[in-house]
Amino acid sequence: MPATVITYIIRRLFAAVVLLIIVSMVTFGIFFLMPRLLGATPETLASRYVGRAATPDTIRDMARNLGFYDPLYEQYWRWLKGIFAGADYNYGSGIEHCPAPCLGYSFRTYQPVWPDLMDRLPVTLSLAVGAATLWLLGGITIGTISAVYRGSVFDRLAMGVSLAGVSLPIFFTGLLSLSIFSYGLGWTAVGGSYTDIADDPGQWAYNLILPWITLALLFSAQYARLTRAGMLETMNEDFIRTARAKGLAEPAVVVRHGLRGALTPILTIFGLDVGLLLGGAVLTESAFSLPGLGKYAIEGIVNYDLPKVMGVTILAAFFVVIANLVVDLLYAVVDPRVRAK
Amino acid sequence: MSTQTDGPAAERRLGEDLLVVDGLQKHFPIRRGLLQRQVGAVQAVDGLTFSVRRGETLSLVGESGCGKTTTGRLLTRLIEPTGGRIQLDGRDISHLSTSDMRPLRRDVQMIFQDPYSSLNPRHTVGTIVGAPFRLQKVQTENGVKKAVQDLLELVGLNPEHYNRYPHEFSGGQRQRIGIARTLALRPKLIVADEPVSALDVSIQAQVVNLLEDLQNEFDLTYVMIAHDLSVVRHVSDRVAVMYLGKIMEIADRTSLYERPMHPYTVALLSAVPIPDTSRRERRERIRLQGDVPSPINPPSGCRFHTRCWKAQEVCKTTEPALVELAPGHQAACHFPENAA
Amino acid sequence: MSQNPEDALAAAAEPRPAATGSPFLQVRELRVHFPTDDGVVKSVDDLSFSVDRGRTLGIVGESGSGKSVTSLSIMGLHKAGTARITGEILLDGQNLVGMNPDRVRKLRGKRMAMIFQDPLSAMHPFYTVGTQIVEAYRIHNPVSKKVARKHAIDLLDRVGIPNPTSRVDDYPHQFSGGMRQRAMIAMALSCDPELLIADEPTTALDVTVQAQILDLIRDLQQEFNSAVVIITHDLGVVAELADDIMVMYAGRAVEYSSAADIFNTPQHPYTWGLLSSMPRLDRERTERLQPIKGTPPSLINVPEGCPFNPRCAYAGTNGNLSFTVRPEFRDVGGGHHIACHLGAEDRMRIWDTEIRPKL
Repeated sequence: MPATVITYIIRRLFAAVVLLIIVSMVTFGIFFLMPRLLGATPETLASRYVGRAATPDTIRDMARNLGFYDPLYEQYWRWLKGIFAGADYNYGSGIEHCPAPCLGYSFRTYQPVWPDLMDRLPVTLSLAVGAATLWLLGGITIGTISAVYRGSVFDRLAMGVSLAGVSLPIFFTGLLSLSIFSYGLGWTAVGGSYTDIADDPGQWAYNLILPWITLALLFSAQYARLTRAGMLETMNEDFIRTARAKGLAEPAVVVRHGLRGALTPILTIFGLDVGLLLGGAVLTESAFSLPGLGKYAIEGIVNYDLPKVMGVTILAAFFVVIANLVVDLLYAVVDPRVRAK
Repeated sequence: MSTQTDGPAAERRLGEDLLVVDGLQKHFPIRRGLLQRQVGAVQAVDGLTFSVRRGETLSLVGESGCGKTTTGRLLTRLIEPTGGRIQLDGRDISHLSTSDMRPLRRDVQMIFQDPYSSLNPRHTVGTIVGAPFRLQKVQTENGVKKAVQDLLELVGLNPEHYNRYPHEFSGGQRQRIGIARTLALRPKLIVADEPVSALDVSIQAQVVNLLEDLQNEFDLTYVMIAHDLSVVRHVSDRVAVMYLGKIMEIADRTSLYERPMHPYTVALLSAVPIPDTSRRERRERIRLQGDVPSPINPPSGCRFHTRCWKAQEVCKTTEPALVELAPGHQAACHFPENAA
Repeated sequence: MSQNPEDALAAAAEPRPAATGSPFLQVRELRVHFPTDDGVVKSVDDLSFSVDRGRTLGIVGESGSGKSVTSLSIMGLHKAGTARITGEILLDGQNLVGMNPDRVRKLRGKRMAMIFQDPLSAMHPFYTVGTQIVEAYRIHNPVSKKVARKHAIDLLDRVGIPNPTSRVDDYPHQFSGGMRQRAMIAMALSCDPELLIADEPTTALDVTVQAQILDLIRDLQQEFNSAVVIITHDLGVVAELADDIMVMYAGRAVEYSSAADIFNTPQHPYTWGLLSSMPRLDRERTERLQPIKGTPPSLINVPEGCPFNPRCAYAGTNGNLSFTVRPEFRDVGGGHHIACHLGAEDRMRIWDTEIRPKL
């Protein structure tokens, strides 16, 4: 790897770390500062960790044990340190060590958040990766065909359907497809089914196929339109004329020269969509009752379980940052001109 | 800086120096690495000294990367020089701020190469040509519309077309619109960057003639930036040949074309295809090898030595000064051709 | 690639057929019309010419004269369904008009090749120069990538790229403008075509580089003995390269002759106009340029009679003829063709007394 690429990666990683710290500060601020501003005292916060029958004294002890009386920056520092070095928590039943990376304990279940996240990550990853593969394949294929046969029946139909795909919300398409294909026709798994890929890949795919399609439908529509627009532009480039002048067959002209040239903007949007994808996964997981991160986050929000929400947010931010870094590096793979800069 | 000769410059009565450029320099920094340190500079323009008299046409010629377009942008102060001085009508404009420059925009105008992209497609011709009046808050005797229609007539367009949009005109007509806009405020100096190179031959001649007529009528001073040496010979009083940010040779037209002194000029002239088959065989050709080197690390000594067939050891080490070798004829070469 | 390997080997082994008497490229009564919402754009209308092996034809005209449309028609590069093409384009006797598109495709790049104006946009930015030449070669020759790469390096060397073994792996943006055009020429020559069409091959280049490329095209043509069509707006370029010159205006040929005739005794008022409006490098200016008045006509409403009549200073010379009757493109002696109503004496007189003295 040339030195310029390494400097580039180092600079981007440095920026990513700074960004993650800012995201964590903002998230921390929202979840720990906002309640204070709204009038909550350290005692009200601590009361969530003790039973209903607690006396004011036990609540005060708990608040002290959890460090709620310390200044906010110390709490933030402790939280940050927990991620890298682990932390010790005391809920009154003795000191419990939470190993790094420690994202705190759930208010409700008293379980450490990190192992929970790791349990649920495969579900969300399966959903996201599968859906992304589907929509990239589907969107790019449909978009390319639409561009090549511009103005044809296929083109108009595809663009019409894709408009609908963009407009319909997931919980509508999700529930509709669930009621038709799994409860009505019995072709697909019912909601809430999930099998680990390591246990049975076939079952894993069978259970996820409907959520994949539902989530992919939302995005593939956009990618079909994007690919079509990009292809229409690229197919008018001079280098396409050159490829034809060489005597290259039309399918090769379209794929090797046209599609390859139209790929860059698709990559850009894909990088941005990885963030949106998590949002989409939250809704899809709810609609299909999948035990993933999205459902976990919703539980956290509904139960006012702040550490859970913090954990999902930080993890999501981490993935978005990494995805963008990967996309930026992919640019250099796709477009050799980027390498020179 | 140059004495009056009996060249074509004498055809028109020329006044004193309108534009004096001294040691003009523009380096664009290149930043690299973790801390974006400056690791070098593109030496786009590197020490130009010349002057232009009132009513004269000076052409800057050279191949891509020679810095002629950057020079044009410096003269109109679209960009700020990193060194040297530009004096317009006795006033130093090298480092004037945008707001101090604004009143001077009346005096210096620019014509661009591409008549397609330099006109806002959403504005009517009337709006485009009238814009300078509004921007400079100039009062016109019979209103802006009348003034614009006069201008359109002046450049050979139908004044009735005041309300039309640029796309309704052909390339040559669009260039006329650009010229009309340029003339609105009666500038003293017009910098024209490749004004005819995007046009067809027959249309090109119309625009060249128009520029000539306007110069005679309004005593305009032109700095033309061009790569077409045939057009340059036709329109210029004096010509400066640039190579990698420097002037290699500057002389009045006849002297430069009949007795070029710098080997680069000789090579350039011999490379131009002549529309005359009888010359195909008898022409003496000098073919330069390779391409123009990068202005980031220009060659040492004389910048042309890497492609010059006359280069000696001294050319690699010592940069030749631009000196007057004949009356009104300066060249920067250790071994000039046609030298007395 | 998509071809039967035996066919290709046989074709490669076959020596180039000797000149059969009929020109390698013959275009007869070619019409290329584009139907649009505003009407039919008659980009090329009744055009006939031919080029022999070993000869160079220069096609000169301004934008909209139909010169580029003609070259794209020969190559079969007009988008299917957009252009209505009639007439005949005979490549070594085979008519390309109406031929199965896949058969034309197999001739493209193999027997006829093309180089374009802007080598930066004409090469794919994401593939190396070598990959693009290898692709061009392997479409028509079933050889391994290794052999094709060797061929690509040889070609780059032949067109004057220094260090071809390492430059073959460079991307187009790493080449200078002149080197890119050399690489384009190498790609066009990869299958040793018998017809090379160059559409404004030097317009985007600097003048010293242009001179190098024109030299290269001239050398290669002598070496490969192919038929070359060079399309340009620059009369200087055709004067350097062409054996014969065809001047086009509004989709038609207005004058055709040997290069020397076109420059020494041009006979069509449009050619006169082109010569008079060009400033000259090789002589001191004597007078103002004499531009052709007006602008080129719309190709939807080409003027009645002679298409050049609204811009022609001599249109009234023969009564109403120029305004009503389309002049025939005819031989006026020694293979010199023009489409003009002016009589021979008038043409001679005007050229000698009015045009030549002012050039």
